[in-house]
Amino acid sequence: MATSSDILYSVRNLTVEYETRHGVVKGVDNVSLDIRRGEILGLVGESGSGKSTLGKAMMRLRNGSARITSGELWFDGQNLMELSERQMRDLRGSRLGMVFQDPMTSLNPVQRIVEHLTETMLTHEPEWTEEEARARAEELVERLGIRRERVKDYPHQMSGGMRQRVMIALALALNCDLVIADEPTTSLDVIVEAKFLDLLKELRDEFNLTILLITHNIGVVAEVADRVAVMYAAKLVEIGDVNQVFEKPLHPYTEGLLKSVPNIELDSGALYKMEGSPPDLSSPPPGCRFHPRCPYMMEEVCPIYDPPFAPPEGASEDTRVACWLHHPHPQKVAIGA
Amino acid sequence: MPESRLEQVATPTHRIEAGPPLVEVRGVKKYFPLQSGFLASLFNRGEQPAVRAVDGVDFEIRRGEVFGLAGESGSGKSTVGRLVLNLLEPTEGKVFFDGMDLSQLSPDEMRRLRSRMQIIFQDPLASLNPRMTIGQAIAHPLEIHEPNLSEGQRRKRVLEMLEAVGMNPPTNYADKYPHQISGGQRQRIVIARALVTRPELIVADEPIAMADVSVRSALLDLMMRLKDEFDLTYLFITHDLATAKYVCDRIAIMYLGRIVEVGPLKSVYGSPAHPYTQALLDAVPVPDPKHRRTQPMPRGEIPSPIDPPSGCRFHPRCPIAQMGLCDVEDPQLMQVPESDNHLAACLLRAGPRAMGQQTPPS
Repeated sequence: MATSSDILYSVRNLTVEYETRHGVVKGVDNVSLDIRRGEILGLVGESGSGKSTLGKAMMRLRNGSARITSGELWFDGQNLMELSERQMRDLRGSRLGMVFQDPMTSLNPVQRIVEHLTETMLTHEPEWTEEEARARAEELVERLGIRRERVKDYPHQMSGGMRQRVMIALALALNCDLVIADEPTTSLDVIVEAKFLDLLKELRDEFNLTILLITHNIGVVAEVADRVAVMYAAKLVEIGDVNQVFEKPLHPYTEGLLKSVPNIELDSGALYKMEGSPPDLSSPPPGCRFHPRCPYMMEEVCPIYDPPFAPPEGASEDTRVACWLHHPHPQKVAIGA
Repeated sequence: MPESRLEQVATPTHRIEAGPPLVEVRGVKKYFPLQSGFLASLFNRGEQPAVRAVDGVDFEIRRGEVFGLAGESGSGKSTVGRLVLNLLEPTEGKVFFDGMDLSQLSPDEMRRLRSRMQIIFQDPLASLNPRMTIGQAIAHPLEIHEPNLSEGQRRKRVLEMLEAVGMNPPTNYADKYPHQISGGQRQRIVIARALVTRPELIVADEPIAMADVSVRSALLDLMMRLKDEFDLTYLFITHDLATAKYVCDRIAIMYLGRIVEVGPLKSVYGSPAHPYTQALLDAVPVPDPKHRRTQPMPRGEIPSPIDPPSGCRFHPRCPIAQMGLCDVEDPQLMQVPESDNHLAACLLRAGPRAMGQQTPPS
């Protein structure tokens, strides 16, 4: 079991709300999550599940009109909700790194890569000289498999995979503790993706980097993550060790999701299809949000009561699931009493 | 957990017909000239620089089969799809549909032929006119290709199509606009519109790439059911090799404007011959944490299609390339030893040299 000192980042009862034409929508609804030092935690979910909103909220970055309305964000013993905007800005980039899906939008198109890297380093580490920063930039970029002379390139002269490596180089240059990577491989071709994932694993081992990997790609999570968290309709439905979750998923949504992922292995089984589609968050279903699509739905429980996100009956603290199949439900309690 | 109650996707039974292929692509090239200024054109009278998007491609699609065309971005797969439909004119080579040379057809003949071939794109929202109702969108191809239908007959065909793609009850959807339905449903509408003229060939260009995992398998299942119901032939263009496994009978792998390997899906996936195919298949993430990759990933990045490498285009990145051979000789598609209809463009793994290795002279 993880002790409190193993935990680098802790999200507690976080709720993020959006203003929309149809009223207030909860993009993240009462989510709690721990990230351990040195781990790669995969956060999976479909589009609109709230995984990106959660990732941005953890940086206290606003995603459109999103607003954190309640909850706490504990990073290395510090409650980020109590920091000023200025303190947050110092933290972002220096201790909390970010890698987004499209690195082109994170890089300045009229600035050479080396200038971008050194400028950012000098902003966060003003005591460094320009030469030191430049040398460190070149060293890291080379370490990530980009030829030293390419640092003089502009972002558009690099391929998508190279640009993604530059973003990681930046996080490393500043000795970030945690990198939040939101769909970092989604715009990459599979061979470039495979190389990038190898690099992430190497960096985790070498620099003891902690990575929150947000993705819709279940295969990517299986390949690199140590633990996996599954999000559905703004809530976490399951979290656990990656081997355990893939072998024996507890939540019916996780089960369906894993079985509907195409697997290139010729001897893998047939593909499953899940009924229906994720709910509209402006009017989510009552009770368990997955109940209208769930093949195990219990009529007298699931559409009425919201399941707790807690360790299943008789299991360790390391696994959590939000499903009445694994918790004493109100009906059982009522009969028992 | 109770035993699984999830519904399984039906495995289609394809009736692939013998006889002449529905589509034949012969020596097709498509070059897109690079914009060059006035001065450059004065001094550079020889060969004009061009992006060689498709650079000599041969294959045929048999009636009733699902033919996959896979590759990374920039490999030329989408350009091939457009060439097959004559939406682009080849720089060189010919495309035959049902025995007809598309380059020889008059504009009027081509227009009539269009009702027999349709395309489905990746983004359904971009494919649908936001100001047209779903019913109007599906009726549109009928107005062009079957102008003699009465209003009532058209409406009937539209409702039938909506039902066929699983939008039930159809009258609930016909008068809605694209923004009022979900992304998965929109792709169903695009499929309905493509099928309303009863085409024989569907070019599906990344048809499910935008859909979420939980709706993807339902869309694939629908496409395979419709294939049987409407006797369709698919050209399935995708970058997603895992998805291709569930639908394709045969598959071609493209690299830098060329097909490097083609054959029955089980043969290509089970024993890939070309080193690029091996790396590509191995790179696909597998949803199993215990799985490990076995192949080395190719060095460097895909070279520019403006000035592709000499000899075999993959040689600068290839782990088995032999200098003096692979950088000189341009490999054609050749028989892979001990295979059936499985071809690869690799000098070392297919054709005479590979065959020679199988039976060394005593």
